[in-house]
Amino acid sequence: MAPEPPLLSMSGITKSFPGVRALDGVDLDVQAGEVHCLLGQNGAGKSTLIKVLSGAHQPDTGTIGWRGEPVTLRSPIAAMRLGIATIYQELDLVEHLSVAENVHLGHEPTTAGFVVRARAAKASTAALLRRLGHPEIDPARLVGELSAAQQQIVSMARALSHDVRLIVMDEPSAALDPDEVDNLFRIVGDLTAEGVAVVHISHRLEEIRRIGDRVTVLKDGRAVARGLPAKSTPTREVVALMTGRNVEYVFPERPAPVPDSAPVLEVQGLAREGEFAPLDLEVRAGEIVGLAGLVGSGRSEILETIYGARRPTAGQVRVDGRVLRPGSVRAAVRAGLGLAPEERKAQALLMLESVTRNVSVSSMSRFSRAGWIDRGAERGAARAATRELSLRPDNPSVPVRTLSGGNQQKAVLARWLLRGCRVLLLDEPTRGVDVGARAELYAVVRRLADEGLAVLLVSSEVPEVLGLADRVLVLREGHVVHTAPARELDEHRVLDLVMEGSPAS
Amino acid sequence: MTQHASPPRDNTDKVPTTGQVPVWRGLFARADVRTLSLLGVLAALVLIGGITKPDEFLDTRNLQLVLTQASVIGVVTVGMTFVITSGGIDLSVGAIVALASVWATTVATQDYGFAGVLFTAVIVGVGCGLVNGLLIAYGNMVPFIATLAMLASARGLALQITDGRTQIVTIDGILKLGERDSYVLGVPPLVLVFAVVTVIGWLILNRTTFGRRTVAVGGNAEAARLAGIDVRRQRLYLYLLSGLCCGIAAFLLIVLSGSGQNTNGNLYELDAIAAAIIGGTLLSGGRGTITGSVLGVLIFTTITNIFALNNLQSDVQQIAKGAIIVAAVLVQRRGASTS
Repeated sequence: MAPEPPLLSMSGITKSFPGVRALDGVDLDVQAGEVHCLLGQNGAGKSTLIKVLSGAHQPDTGTIGWRGEPVTLRSPIAAMRLGIATIYQELDLVEHLSVAENVHLGHEPTTAGFVVRARAAKASTAALLRRLGHPEIDPARLVGELSAAQQQIVSMARALSHDVRLIVMDEPSAALDPDEVDNLFRIVGDLTAEGVAVVHISHRLEEIRRIGDRVTVLKDGRAVARGLPAKSTPTREVVALMTGRNVEYVFPERPAPVPDSAPVLEVQGLAREGEFAPLDLEVRAGEIVGLAGLVGSGRSEILETIYGARRPTAGQVRVDGRVLRPGSVRAAVRAGLGLAPEERKAQALLMLESVTRNVSVSSMSRFSRAGWIDRGAERGAARAATRELSLRPDNPSVPVRTLSGGNQQKAVLARWLLRGCRVLLLDEPTRGVDVGARAELYAVVRRLADEGLAVLLVSSEVPEVLGLADRVLVLREGHVVHTAPARELDEHRVLDLVMEGSPAS
Repeated sequence: MTQHASPPRDNTDKVPTTGQVPVWRGLFARADVRTLSLLGVLAALVLIGGITKPDEFLDTRNLQLVLTQASVIGVVTVGMTFVITSGGIDLSVGAIVALASVWATTVATQDYGFAGVLFTAVIVGVGCGLVNGLLIAYGNMVPFIATLAMLASARGLALQITDGRTQIVTIDGILKLGERDSYVLGVPPLVLVFAVVTVIGWLILNRTTFGRRTVAVGGNAEAARLAGIDVRRQRLYLYLLSGLCCGIAAFLLIVLSGSGQNTNGNLYELDAIAAAIIGGTLLSGGRGTITGSVLGVLIFTTITNIFALNNLQSDVQQIAKGAIIVAAVLVQRRGASTS
């Protein structure tokens, strides 16, 4: 008898977004009853792949086979009907509805097609929760009142309320404590014993060793290794597969080490409970300090707390020796801090406005007297700042929304340049910036540092931190696990540190 | 104090700017499609008025009347435009106008004469705006709810003060302002006030840091905060400004009607919001136009006038207004998507 076809076989999947080829011919086979792990760095294409699998994105090319039959996943509902359920990292539950209502959302048991049989919904929800080992969750409670771990269980119950054959889990353990992770893995074990397949995305290698059967490694939109045995493949080999890059970034020359001057930015014992542990760091004028770590390691939270956008629970921030008022963005800006946030469009840019107005917004007092704006001076200064950064097009009166990602980032940098800031906080500066424009952005950041700015850089792309920074702090789950000059680190070592938490032997 | 630390980048201010195109072209480009279409609608309405009632509509007195009627709601709309541009809403404007007009016309207030009435109207307006602003900016209340509460309580207080009676104004100076003798070159003083408020409003929105902050807060409050703008204080100021406009409008209404009534300003909130929206101010915030709002007010007032002259009932008027709001927004949506 011929071997049974795989439950799921994706082949040659490509998907492009403007400026980025997110998936470049990816193949993925999943057998019934296995835990198939997807590994890859941020931006490797994992999220795009599972979105294609869950019907949220349509692939440009490629075929998807389901139990030997070719299928098209036109929408999340189509995928659900086949028996593919996805549990996203950001839980997609409705907080103001009850557990039972969430579990049955969109497919409520009904009488005459529209009267919801609430009792039946509760009963079946209770049964699902018992099966998941959480009989203590009351189906009538509001989801908003549950803990993160319990919400995860509700998501699982929702997945199982369909006749599910394949569950996709995107970093399910990120928000859970160890006991809860144990329970989750027990559930995964039960499900696979029943023949359900699980696609599991995680950054934690020890988890993959514990529950994984096979591993597929993605890198730059390609599957560089398929179906490796999860338990026996050496860490070193996995890390090597994740890091061997095709795209080489060009980083600017590092100048000679900065002389021992007084630090411009000093952070002492800064902490936010539940987000990151007490942190000390210093950045000198002319120096770029990088924070490396994975999503969820607290990097953005650290930058935003230094900047005053979040109130610290302990510690202080000093600029030129003077303590900043905690939790005040205005105090930070006045002291000379500038932030280029991770979510440029949501956190930095006024999308309806021109480049000029986006650049001048933090320095308006410089072009105004008694509140009256000298628009000529404003335009001239904005133009000078954007020229200095070679922002394209060379016309600051165009709307900022028409710019490419890299030029939008330059507009944000120009804002702080014009303000005359001393310390630049960069959060994922090349997110949404296409590969060609990155080198230019790196050169800009280095030049600003050479001109005397202190730069604190956060990036989930390890090569970026290593290539650009002078000194690197490695973060793992809110703790600094290692500090070293960038020259003394390489990508393998940093990845070992962020994934295993201890220096690899 | 950190500014001296910046490298000398401002020396390049003399870079030539784009201001070298002829002035008339700049003006034409600035008078965008939306403003032109609003002017077109207004011209069409004047044409309709002139054709259906040639003698009555184009009569100087009638035109003076239209402009006078537009003045009261127009001043309110200028304040509302700022609030909406910042992403907020002020549902209490009509009630504030009512409260300010009755408080300023009580017998006790009228004892203080012209200045007493004017001062009271403005202070009551600003006071209500202050309450709105504090609740919204520092009490973290949703503008819709906070100003809805103000609507209810200000109307209630206005009724309590008057006991439902009309308070007649007995101060000559105020009454004279409404008479033909005080018209300046044929323009009623009320219309002059409206014009001045409009010009100041336009300048503040387009030429000052206050206007920029308003637009920034409405366009992206989080980005504004991270850029170093004090978003809360700006919100407070905006509701104060709206309250101030209501106070001025209340005084204009006192002059116009020679009295103060607790039913004054009924549904002004809807008229002002509608005028701002058809003028091109985004209800979601981030873009506002005083010119558009004023044209919106003029369009609505002209329609009301034409309908009244043709003896059409107010029910037909209401339906026509509703249709115009829908049509204007649909036209703008298309204009926005093609540009």
